Amino acid sequence: MADLEKFRSETRAWLEQNCPPEMRKPMTSDDTFWGGRNAKFSSDPQRVWFERMRDKGWTVPHWPKEYGGGGLDGEEVKIVRQEMAAIGARQPLTSFGISMLGPALLKYGTEAQKKEHLPKITAGLIRWCQGYSEPNAGSDLASLQTRAESDGDDFIINGQKIWTSYANYADWIFCLVRTDPTAKKHDGISFILFDMTSTGVSTKPILLISGYSPFCETFFDNVRVPKSHVVGTINRGWDVAKYLLQHERAMISGMGERGVGRPLGQIAADSIGADEQGRLDDAVLRSQIATFEVDEAALAAAAERAVDLAKAGQAHPAFSSAMKYYGTELNKRRYEILMSAGGIDALEWESERSRGGARPRAWLRTKANSIEGGTSEVMLGIVAKRILDLPGA
Amino acid sequence: MALVLTEEQSMLRDSARGLISDKAPVSHLRQLRDSKDETGFSRELWTTFAEMGFSGLLVPEQFGGSGLGAVEAGIVMEEIGRTLMPSPFLATSVLAASALLRGGSEAQKSQHLPGIADGSLLAALAVDEGAKHRPLQTSMQAVRSGNGFKLNGDKALVVDGHTTDLLIVAARTAGSAEEKNGVTLFLVDPKAKGIATERTIMIDSHNAARIVFDSVEVNADSVLGEVDQGYPLLEGVLNVGRGAVASEMVGLSEEVFGRTVAYLKERKQFGKAIGEFQALQHRAAQLYIDIEITRAAVLKALQALDADAANAGSAVSVAKARAGTTATLAVQEGVQMHGGMGMTDQFDIGFFMKRARVCQELFGDSNFHADQLARAKGY
Repeated sequence: MADLEKFRSETRAWLEQNCPPEMRKPMTSDDTFWGGRNAKFSSDPQRVWFERMRDKGWTVPHWPKEYGGGGLDGEEVKIVRQEMAAIGARQPLTSFGISMLGPALLKYGTEAQKKEHLPKITAGLIRWCQGYSEPNAGSDLASLQTRAESDGDDFIINGQKIWTSYANYADWIFCLVRTDPTAKKHDGISFILFDMTSTGVSTKPILLISGYSPFCETFFDNVRVPKSHVVGTINRGWDVAKYLLQHERAMISGMGERGVGRPLGQIAADSIGADEQGRLDDAVLRSQIATFEVDEAALAAAAERAVDLAKAGQAHPAFSSAMKYYGTELNKRRYEILMSAGGIDALEWESERSRGGARPRAWLRTKANSIEGGTSEVMLGIVAKRILDLPGA
Repeated sequence: MALVLTEEQSMLRDSARGLISDKAPVSHLRQLRDSKDETGFSRELWTTFAEMGFSGLLVPEQFGGSGLGAVEAGIVMEEIGRTLMPSPFLATSVLAASALLRGGSEAQKSQHLPGIADGSLLAALAVDEGAKHRPLQTSMQAVRSGNGFKLNGDKALVVDGHTTDLLIVAARTAGSAEEKNGVTLFLVDPKAKGIATERTIMIDSHNAARIVFDSVEVNADSVLGEVDQGYPLLEGVLNVGRGAVASEMVGLSEEVFGRTVAYLKERKQFGKAIGEFQALQHRAAQLYIDIEITRAAVLKALQALDADAANAGSAVSVAKARAGTTATLAVQEGVQMHGGMGMTDQFDIGFFMKRARVCQELFGDSNFHADQLARAKGY
């Protein structure tokens, strides 16, 4: 305990000294630093903050030091997060390499694969994308049809992925491909890594209801990939895929600016007004917000508990599906409230006043939360089957 | 602090569960109800509770107790919630013990805490007056009279009010409704002249009473804490009680849910288990998720109480609000998914529904606590 308190005070002092004041303000989506070959910093403080955290090993504090992580244990990581949150410090680096591929590589990768890829993730050198969904494989992901045919030491990959987040900016892809078309659908899939600059890879952004294009269609036309790039066993990629999905769901459940910044009720009062007692001048909306904030605080406790249960070895492996379901539905509720709170002002799409319709665009973006990474209905099905053991689920 | 039980806490849970499930399953409550038992709980079982150290859980060791905290009290309450065991634990061991601990003089503690710990003294907290829990609107009058005070007013939903040996009463020595200043807590002998107690048989077959105070005289030594400054003390005590009732609702919800899921697997219609229908699977999964999230919020609040954290009040409001809505959903889904059987008195599930309704009202329902949170956040 005394060691942890010492660690906390050292962490606090280090952050105080090293986190630039500009990096302690709430982020907009433009402020996210994703890394990668073509990465650009939006400001000098962003670069300084990233480099200091990278050198400290704290872009991914819980990974082993040998891969560029901080080598911290669970309690220490919690302290770093708490101390960062206390001063509003931004994430220095956001990446699917950290939240999705990394955990899968740490569990299933060969030593050579870990040494090759993990340090480039922690250093922000390579930006990854996820090749999972296909036009005919959404909720039924295991029915995917992208083929990988053996050719000596290589696979030749042909097919199409869809909803590939930021594929047009990504350097590498982790991808599910069918390596045995004769096996049952879950048994013929492999998990493979390749460079997005390989011959035969092309991407096409998809325009969404938000007006943004965060997702792409991704096409593979005779892409040649060495077999050594398969993670885990050939034809056992579904195990890797599912394991990665647990982490993806945990990440998505944590999306949304939970409990930071001004309380929602005050944001609403800014535009709607308050009565003499300071209560929001819309009684029904006020009660919706209060109920929302109860649920939000409860979810924050559940997220903390999920980490602690995992540390104690008491976590159910499918619990991330429960958190994903609740977290995404809650985030949709938050934005419905924000839209109601903003009223007419929140309907503007292009004006400078509305920062280019930032709020309605974010509102529309949240509608994907309960679809991506497995729909809410799929999550409930997983809970029913794997946790509650209900028949035929 | 990690949001999981320590090894000692898990052992406490196991021993409480062992005792309660063995000696006081739901049939115990049913038997007390059907026999119109005058005490409303088993004194024999309360003695066992004392022997196992549960009655004095919050009482410091120097007064014969175990010196444990809100988390441990919550653990016992959760087990009580699983079988709906009627017990003086909430009124005596949680509320009264907390009130004496937080507000009592050395003399008051020495006089009452050992009796709470050894099970010989029962106590009750009298706060509510109107139809809803509104402690700030306390209007019962305590007027200075000679060396002491004279109490006049009505109290309702006094848990264990008709069996108590000691009443802790919130009254106004100054100010008016909605003012924090002017509330004072008193220790009152329930047999004092001018007290009329009516046991109210409640929907949940648990103990409650309405008590009328008609010029009840108490001396100056009966003041708990400071005159006019009792509100923060009362809030602190109520918060421990709210955390405890929230824990009871977690236990209640989980038990109802467990019984319901078992029924989904066993009941067959249209040639298959009804648990195979996706309409029910998804509702069961949603309820499971609700319960797990509520469990975390409740543990968070209990830990905040034990740490005396600045945000403990808000954490308790979150916990009590969540526990109320979760338990309400759990019992409704429980009855609905049990179909016609759920509507019968013969089946236990209705007992859980009735107790959940009372737990909602106890020390503020979900609406009250959501409103508290909103006020704390400045809207």
